[in-house]
Amino acid sequence: MVNPIKSIYLDNAATTAVAPAVVEAMLPYFTKAYGNPSSLYELGQQAHGALTTARDQIAAHLNARSQDIYFTSCGTESNNWALKETMFAYQSKGRHLITSSIEHHATSHSCAWLEKRGYEVTYLPVDADGLVDPAVFEAAIRPDTVLASIIHGNNEIGTIQPIRQLAAIAHEHGVLFHTDSVQTVAHLPVDIADLGVDMLSASGHKFNAPKGVGLLYIKKGVRTRSFMDGGAQERKRRAGTENVPYIVGMARALDLALSTLTERTQTETELRDHLIDRVLAEVEHCRLNGHRTQRLPGNANFSFEFVEGESLLLTLEQKGIMASSGSACASGSLDPSHVLLAIGLPHEIAHGSLRLSLSHETSREDIDYTVEAIKQTVTHLRTMSPLYEDFLAGKKQLSAVK
Amino acid sequence: MSYSEKVMDHFSNPRNMGEIAKPSGVGTVGNAQCGDIMRVYLDINGDGIVEDVKFKTFGCAAAVATSSMATELVKGKSVQDALKVTNQAVCEALDGLPPVKVHCSLLAEEAIHAALWDYAEKNGIVIEGLSKPKSDIHEDEAEEEY
Repeated sequence: MVNPIKSIYLDNAATTAVAPAVVEAMLPYFTKAYGNPSSLYELGQQAHGALTTARDQIAAHLNARSQDIYFTSCGTESNNWALKETMFAYQSKGRHLITSSIEHHATSHSCAWLEKRGYEVTYLPVDADGLVDPAVFEAAIRPDTVLASIIHGNNEIGTIQPIRQLAAIAHEHGVLFHTDSVQTVAHLPVDIADLGVDMLSASGHKFNAPKGVGLLYIKKGVRTRSFMDGGAQERKRRAGTENVPYIVGMARALDLALSTLTERTQTETELRDHLIDRVLAEVEHCRLNGHRTQRLPGNANFSFEFVEGESLLLTLEQKGIMASSGSACASGSLDPSHVLLAIGLPHEIAHGSLRLSLSHETSREDIDYTVEAIKQTVTHLRTMSPLYEDFLAGKKQLSAVK
Repeated sequence: MSYSEKVMDHFSNPRNMGEIAKPSGVGTVGNAQCGDIMRVYLDINGDGIVEDVKFKTFGCAAAVATSSMATELVKGKSVQDALKVTNQAVCEALDGLPPVKVHCSLLAEEAIHAALWDYAEKNGIVIEGLSKPKSDIHEDEAEEEY
């Protein structure tokens, strides 16, 4: 079916629509105030002024100093920069880095890259809810540990880590702390001074700014090297002409998001809980992945036994629902999501996962329609599943994971 | 990655999906760890013709579509001709598969072979050109009553 009746976008953790007000704020910087912020004449200074204003607004929203906000092209760049350049800069102290086993690939693949170059990485385990144990973190710290990087809100299962507590532990031992806040900025109150982190990554397109703009907060005094060599932009730490319209857009998007943060997250959380409650009550043999309450307001992640994720996604798409899955087939690799495996799911359950991520535009009607669609889809796919046939015949046990 | 219209058609409206109560042969291949399991049921008559065939699949759209197409291709054929249904034939009949999904068509071929092997064993016959299936998931579960 090519033209489903409905169109329900439940993949806001992947990306969001650019808000019309954001587009409007950006437009002048494409065709009118298009100067290079480094140029001395008026046209350049207009752009420079817009950049300064955007930086000040963002810094104020995140409770950080303007000088400590560095604009990047995306969250992935921010994570690469924070990890690689900090490890290089502090080589004389040591070559050990601590991270979790549920990081985004921007972090975990940067870690793997560092390992190939002689750095040592400890991947902290997480519990069944996806939480890092602060005591386990503290025990992993060594005299040569330079940096710890722990994701704030997990992009797949939505679990929110106790970042303030983890950063405090790191600092007691003289270890720098970075957090990937790509899923949390604009979705939770993120106060950098309160969190106490040394570095923090964020990305505009997760909160209705365009794709292609992000930021890295680097606390004053942290000796992170430049990730891009070239001109003197971003206080000589990130060369390259600043993407003025996108940066202006990101600042406007954050403004908008934070002006409605309390009511928006409350509504999203209620809808999310309604979704979770209904699915768990009405679909047999399924589980919620991630922490029940300590989770991102818009995130729900389920595993359905005896069902494979890609088939689930394509069937839901035919019913007009856009979502994502941690199955191997959906990712193009042979293994299901490392996050789902890290919380202890067996491979075959991890293959049957479904992530639904809500936005402020999601309605209760959308959620109820989605629950009905999930019920129909799971039932349909189970009638096709030899695993379900074996289960019904008593030849196969349910997964022990509940 | 995108699927051909034929793949989507066979995924959305799978042919021959289901079970056969008293099959002449059943084969199950694949492994839930990798995310694909296919089971094929064959009903073979006294003349050695595949009269009916059914399948069940746990897996992605390509796995479902290749199972569906493979069953279509062996239906009505002699055992010898059914054996000649290759993964390439299944792929071509579906107007191709994305490169990362070609292994699914291999699984469909193996599932047919595993069902034929089961048929041959039950009837104490040797089907020329057929070797014991390697990836039958029940291979290492011999103690199970299956």
